[in-house]
Amino acid sequence: MKNNMTLFSTMVNQIINGLQSGSIYALVALGYSMVYGIIMLLNFAHGDIIMVGAYVVWYAMTAFALHPLPAVLMAVAGCTLLGVAIEKVAYTPLRAAPRISLLITAIGISFLLENSAQLVIGAGAKPMPSIISGAPLVLGTVKISFTAGITLLVSVASMAALTFLVQKTKMGKAMRAVSEDMGAAQLMGISVNRTISFTFAIGSALAGIGSVLYTCAYPQASPTMGSMLGLKAFVAAVLGGIGSIPGAMIGGFAIGLAEAMVSAVGLSVWKDGVVFAILIVVLVLKPTGIMGRVMQEKV
Amino acid sequence: MKREVKRIPMPVRYFINAALLLAFLLAVNYLIGNKTISGFNAKIIMLIGINIILTVSLNVATGYLGQLPLGHAGFMAVGAYASAILMKRMGGSALGMFFIGRGFEKAAMEATIFPLGMLFGGLVAALFGLIIGIPALRLKGDYLAIITLGFGEIIRVVILNIDSVLGFPLTYGAASLKGIPKTTGFLNTYIVVILICFAIHTMMKSRHGRAILSIRENEIAAESCGIKTTYYKTLGFVASAFFAGVAGSLYAGYLGLLSPGSFGFMKSIEILVMVVLGGMGSMAGSVISATVLTALPQILLAFDKWRMVVYSLVLIIVMIFKPSGLMGTYDFSLSRLLEKAWNRLAFGKKTEKGGAR
Repeated sequence: MKNNMTLFSTMVNQIINGLQSGSIYALVALGYSMVYGIIMLLNFAHGDIIMVGAYVVWYAMTAFALHPLPAVLMAVAGCTLLGVAIEKVAYTPLRAAPRISLLITAIGISFLLENSAQLVIGAGAKPMPSIISGAPLVLGTVKISFTAGITLLVSVASMAALTFLVQKTKMGKAMRAVSEDMGAAQLMGISVNRTISFTFAIGSALAGIGSVLYTCAYPQASPTMGSMLGLKAFVAAVLGGIGSIPGAMIGGFAIGLAEAMVSAVGLSVWKDGVVFAILIVVLVLKPTGIMGRVMQEKV
Repeated sequence: MKREVKRIPMPVRYFINAALLLAFLLAVNYLIGNKTISGFNAKIIMLIGINIILTVSLNVATGYLGQLPLGHAGFMAVGAYASAILMKRMGGSALGMFFIGRGFEKAAMEATIFPLGMLFGGLVAALFGLIIGIPALRLKGDYLAIITLGFGEIIRVVILNIDSVLGFPLTYGAASLKGIPKTTGFLNTYIVVILICFAIHTMMKSRHGRAILSIRENEIAAESCGIKTTYYKTLGFVASAFFAGVAGSLYAGYLGLLSPGSFGFMKSIEILVMVVLGGMGSMAGSVISATVLTALPQILLAFDKWRMVVYSLVLIIVMIFKPSGLMGTYDFSLSRLLEKAWNRLAFGKKTEKGGAR
């Protein structure tokens, strides 16, 4: 009986871990999905925006000894600005270019951010000061750490806000229209450029929130921290159906839980392999993902 | 009025090219032999050769086939590990002993098993290319990019962790595979470079190559003209993987030790930068950019720190201002140049363009 109880609580703890990392993946996956939905671009640089956000928090808190709250706000604002700037400088000139050029540009931006960070700040990981702390929530044998609780809460709130924004506001309507048909949306008097920039801003702000939550869970910042996180979030977006907002949320939680399960059975070295195996299986069996729309190919 | 334009007959063209390449090989080999080119520089020249193979092989998939695989380092890793393991085993095996028993020096024995190891590395990589290509090539564009990226990462994770599953050391994981016979020298590297460039060149001039090019231009139109697009896409992809595997085995024999960390996503991008900068679809462009981008950080050591920053900037700037790369799809042809010069001398003025051939 006691054995069963410990097994149960281990399982529940692993599920909570999975939900915690899953909600971060979901936040990042939303950015991928929204951008892909609107300009059909796999924004490779999205993961590295997370890295920049983490460095902003680190710099604000260590160099200026700021209180965590303004540091976090600065990180989110910084990510938003960076996302819009990248879109304006690198992606707007290529709007009419072949998709492959756009993709290579995105890879270039991603490498530029990573390597500039390495050059300016150094390759080593910087330890992160603690941003939030509090007593864990104990429910019987199950213990939910304070960070896990906050992470879940913040990400669910952000997702709810995003859903409201996309479904109920005028800007959200414009976003949906542009992703449906860019030409027709323009004819209806929607400013396509502004809508695309707004989408990048929202996606990058979510990445900023994700970066703060990520550094709460793993308190360090390094130049390449964003690439693996970004790739996994992208897998989550594909799993959920790229271009779909609820899909990205579901996909994020699914990837987080899958990783936690693989670690729970003691195969954590294979974690990355499993995530990419999921990606391949999804792409081969159902490339549109769980919630994705079927794209018709036009001649 | 049709004007006679003198053309150099094909056997002569081939002879001129072959003679020049042979002269280049022998000259550089002689200079390395008498130490005019230092050992350090000879190493760089070998590395350039390996990178040329990697770049022209990725160019088959990216430039000619029009796909964007991001797992090229994975094929290189497979080829490197396969040939390294084979060469290590063969060196100590009955075959190796047979050669040594017949009065072969150890180095000569290793040089004999080197082609076998290279062929094996290429074939295993081609097999992986087939296994990965069949599902991946059903997808297009970014999906293909991301699925090959996934496969590349899986290959790296498997090489890193396979020993614990097998129960005996095969790849030595993160501890790196050591003691590989150092079989890669200047002469064999560049003979392989020339053979591969020639093979790709003739393939692209053949019926099969034209079919591959037509897929790049417009897949739907190609299919409606009766080209088996799936077959030719797989063919191009497998050929690309095979050559990457050969480059990997040269790399194994060049370094003498392998660790999975050197075959990450970063390596795939490095190769892609070389292809994109040179021009997708131009072999001359691939060769030039591989040479420059390999030699530059070695010559300007201070530049090494900036290398990746500059690479990424170059990638972005080239994409924004000249998306087809520096050379576009233009390919250098010595005989075309000679013909032009010849005709100008013969007719005293500029002749019409001979057209691509």
